[in-house]
Amino acid sequence: MTPEHSTTLVTTEDDALLHPVPNPGIEHHVERYTDVDAKAADRAYKQVVAIFGLVPLLAIAFVVIYFAVPRHATAQVLGVNWQLSNTLLGLTGGLAVLLIGVGAIHWSRQLMNDTEIAEERHSAASNEEERAGFVDVVNEGVRDAGVSRRKMVLASMGGALGIIAVPAIVTLADIGPYPTAAVRRETIEKTIWADGVRVVNDSNLIPLKASDLEIGQLVNAEPETLADLHGKDYMNMKSKTPLVIVRMDPNSIKIPESRKDWHVGGILAYSKICTHVGCPISLWEQQTHHLLCPCHQSTFDLGNSGVVVFGPAARALPQLPLKVDAQGYLVAQSDFTVPVGPSYFERDSRNDYKDGDR
Amino acid sequence: MRFGSSRRRPSSHRRHRAARPLSLVLALFLMGALYAALSPATQVAADTGMSAQVAEGKALFQVTCSSCHGLNGEGTSQGPSLVGVGAAAVEFQMGTNRMPMAKPGAQAPRKVVQYTAQEINNIARYVHTLGPGPDIPPSSAYDYSNLDDDAIARGGELFRTNCSACHQAAANGGALPNGKHAPALHGVEPLHIYEAIRTGPQQMPVFSAGAIPDKDVAAMIGYLKGLDQQPSAGFSLGGLGPVTEGFFGWVLGIGGLCLVATWIASRGARAK
Repeated sequence: MTPEHSTTLVTTEDDALLHPVPNPGIEHHVERYTDVDAKAADRAYKQVVAIFGLVPLLAIAFVVIYFAVPRHATAQVLGVNWQLSNTLLGLTGGLAVLLIGVGAIHWSRQLMNDTEIAEERHSAASNEEERAGFVDVVNEGVRDAGVSRRKMVLASMGGALGIIAVPAIVTLADIGPYPTAAVRRETIEKTIWADGVRVVNDSNLIPLKASDLEIGQLVNAEPETLADLHGKDYMNMKSKTPLVIVRMDPNSIKIPESRKDWHVGGILAYSKICTHVGCPISLWEQQTHHLLCPCHQSTFDLGNSGVVVFGPAARALPQLPLKVDAQGYLVAQSDFTVPVGPSYFERDSRNDYKDGDR
Repeated sequence: MRFGSSRRRPSSHRRHRAARPLSLVLALFLMGALYAALSPATQVAADTGMSAQVAEGKALFQVTCSSCHGLNGEGTSQGPSLVGVGAAAVEFQMGTNRMPMAKPGAQAPRKVVQYTAQEINNIARYVHTLGPGPDIPPSSAYDYSNLDDDAIARGGELFRTNCSACHQAAANGGALPNGKHAPALHGVEPLHIYEAIRTGPQQMPVFSAGAIPDKDVAAMIGYLKGLDQQPSAGFSLGGLGPVTEGFFGWVLGIGGLCLVATWIASRGARAK
């Protein structure tokens, strides 16, 4: 394509496409009141000075309030309890900054020179000459480097750059053990719940007696052995082992044949961690037996082995088999039978309870 | 034949025709007199004070509560059985006038109390006789006046663990499914907080003393009363978290900025 040809093409576009309607030009200029009326201009001038003049007053008020108003003083105004110091400092300081801006805009709108101008937007591309010059520079560089005669130089450099990525990627192995089935069984699929581990109330660590729990009761619980852990292990288990323990009338709930030994007189224990994305749940309606997750409204029926009755969760809440020890305290029979918490890629979901399982 | 002839025969053993009924009346009178003399009259006198309160409570119950809970508190299709709910549940429900309900609905809301403390107490005593349940606690059970800062902080931890899932960390209450809600806890009587924890009204679970002893309940009440006294700096926007705060931020904050930007860029008034 010759330069002349391309120029012709651009010109055609200019006429037909870039200007489909005639250019109306700049709107007819109408003067402001402050341009035609000296009194109006004088008024605007005084307004701007007054606005700016308020700023020092507010600044002084700010300093006075800072020292004079006690830090914890409060006042009831409009039925709201205001913390005086913060409120007054915010009002004076904020208003001072706002007035600087308002004054500047008022000044520019009413008093500064009111001419309107239009500038044609120029093309973002460099001109032909500069573009040709750039290509020349690149070609000269390639010629100087001798790449066209000694082709292996480029190939070997590409290989060298490529292989550098391998050490970088290999160091990613430090992130953690590769999640093989054996590793998963010992890590994310295991908690410290085990045969005989006592159930204690969260926060006050009181061990729970089956005889003390009433129908309609909910307990936020954790394993007694959690208190022996520290640091990372503690945080890990603190987030995986929590339970919601509820007591319901055994005659008013569904207990499948396979789980008839998992409860103690209607006391059932479920994982507190939602199977959707792992929020802790304890919003339980004692009359409907529904447990509601506050994050995405997944709802589990604790009177029916924790099946999902609403929301995005895909799996029933894992249930922990309970029994009582010789002193009458609630203890676990084993670990959870399925992994607790949200789904992950390798998770085997065939063992989860589904509505209607026996 | 023989029977007929014997009736007609005159007899020296003939009795007056009223002798049999009279002897029956005499025997009954004797038995009654004997029973009145031998039965312990003191037993009746000892029970009158209590049973009068229960009787008054029962009479009031049958007027105000029985249309839903049944004439003897056994429950109907309209309301649950009250056997075993205890006096504490009655005191909570009627002391906040959630009961009697004005109309059927998802949940009984708190209203202005219509009954005297004596009337509520009478009904509570009556319902307490229906079956064993939590009694109205003495004020020493939830006394929070002598708590130190440590105990109040522990009350806060217990509140966040056990209560904040429904009532929110700042105790402002929250929504439950199907039009139900967990109420805000500001300004609620300590007695009613205690009774709600122990009796589990409506959808709220029970928290028994076996898991949360009285001193922990007192600590939670102390924390809630401390929350009431916290000065809030300006409008709380409901204290419900990001929804209301985002609404105000977008509508007032960004809306205000749009107005200012429009003012800055507008041409303003002209002379013609």
